[in-house]
Amino acid sequence: MSGAIELDFWDIGFAATIVVGLGILLAYYRLRVTRTLSIASVRLVIQLFAIGYVLKFLFAEGKLSYVAIMAVIMLIVASREIMARQKRRLKGWRSFGLGASTLFVSSFAIALFGLLVVVKPDPWYLPQYAIPLLGMIMSNTMSAISLSMDRLTSALNDNRAIIEQRLALGETSREAILPYLRDCIRTGIMPVVNSMATAGIVALPGMMTGQILAGALPTEAVKYQIIIWFFIAGGVGFGMAAALKLLEMRLFDERQRLRLDRLS
Amino acid sequence: MGSTVWSMIEMTSEMEGLNIHNLSFIEWEHLDLSVARSEVVCLLGDSGSGKSLLLRAIADLVVNEGDVSLWGKRRESFSPPEWRKRVGYLAAEILWWEETVNLHFSKPPSQEDLEKLNLPHDAGEWAPSRLSMGERQRLGILRMLDRSPEVLLLDEPTANLDENSSGVVEQVLLDYIGEQSAPTLWVTHSKDQAGRVGHRILEMKNQSLTELDRAVLTK
Repeated sequence: MSGAIELDFWDIGFAATIVVGLGILLAYYRLRVTRTLSIASVRLVIQLFAIGYVLKFLFAEGKLSYVAIMAVIMLIVASREIMARQKRRLKGWRSFGLGASTLFVSSFAIALFGLLVVVKPDPWYLPQYAIPLLGMIMSNTMSAISLSMDRLTSALNDNRAIIEQRLALGETSREAILPYLRDCIRTGIMPVVNSMATAGIVALPGMMTGQILAGALPTEAVKYQIIIWFFIAGGVGFGMAAALKLLEMRLFDERQRLRLDRLS
Repeated sequence: MGSTVWSMIEMTSEMEGLNIHNLSFIEWEHLDLSVARSEVVCLLGDSGSGKSLLLRAIADLVVNEGDVSLWGKRRESFSPPEWRKRVGYLAAEILWWEETVNLHFSKPPSQEDLEKLNLPHDAGEWAPSRLSMGERQRLGILRMLDRSPEVLLLDEPTANLDENSSGVVEQVLLDYIGEQSAPTLWVTHSKDQAGRVGHRILEMKNQSLTELDRAVLTK
């Protein structure tokens, strides 16, 4: 492999001057985001260097148990993120459990399918493949689940009186919330659909760009990008459907009463 | 033998209409209330006394416990949508959510009904945002009756109406109650209205129901 041009610390330092410039501009306009920007930049540097070393270690060891531990950590962090992004969440541990279970079922199942059936690395859990693949599916699924759940709870909260009157006219709970449910699914899936439709024209997808920089043939890199988008679409779609279904079951009881009291 | 006779008597008395026994919801506990076939029971009480909540608890829209039955059949033997179709609940403020008024109906309101309630003949095709407060209220009553409910739970059905349309609405509701022999709970703020339409008048106060003397009230 020809490999990418290696960057040294000076290169990163030069790149950082752009963010410093941006910070000065933001401070000049008193936008109060300079502090947030600097914290985010520092976090970016530390987190990525740390993960760089972690992955280097994982790749060198190549053990299934290490890959599994890494996957569980990713799942916990992503589930926590889903919970944190909810304005109104289910009481207790249910919010975390709902995010974690749906994220697990959809993204793990699809990553396994990708590894065992499509990519077939040897061994199947080869960390160079397993971790990035799972990471890409999971991060997209996480965003879709958290966005659509947040939208559904706010829609039901804002329209509680309308939903009650629809129920009063003899509609089922599903009929009464169908327009809001549709809207949520659309919101969750649209970013993926839009990215798929414009992929390669407006922007070169990140993973493909990375492979090209690393010396892969563009015609080979696109193949990977295509299957990754299919996996992401699947993870997003199935994960969101499962999450909204579980949320709906929790927000209506056995007598089909709207139970917003189950939200914090 | 004796016990069968008693249970039969009990059954027939329960067949009479809407029976509520030991109903508890939020802060209210163990409410008992029976409304017979064709009977109109008016509910008076300060705002916040729980009148609307009682209606919503009977329609099974808020969490509640207790026995509610209609014509002797327990509420739990119906699916929730089926129960709510039978029990027509009219909210104090009628909301509209579809593009046109007609889309809220299972069959568009007849010209006769629209005319009876002094509504424009093409009101069904209107966007709900075009309706005035009074029109919303009157169409809301048609929307509720459209599902042919067997019981009426009315939360201040004439609150947003002037005296004239208020009388018309009262008559339309009383006609329906008479034709369908529908047991009716009618929440109102007006003692005059309670005296006009109610066979019995109850006041909701301190988490309980007390019967008021009609003669004293209408004097």
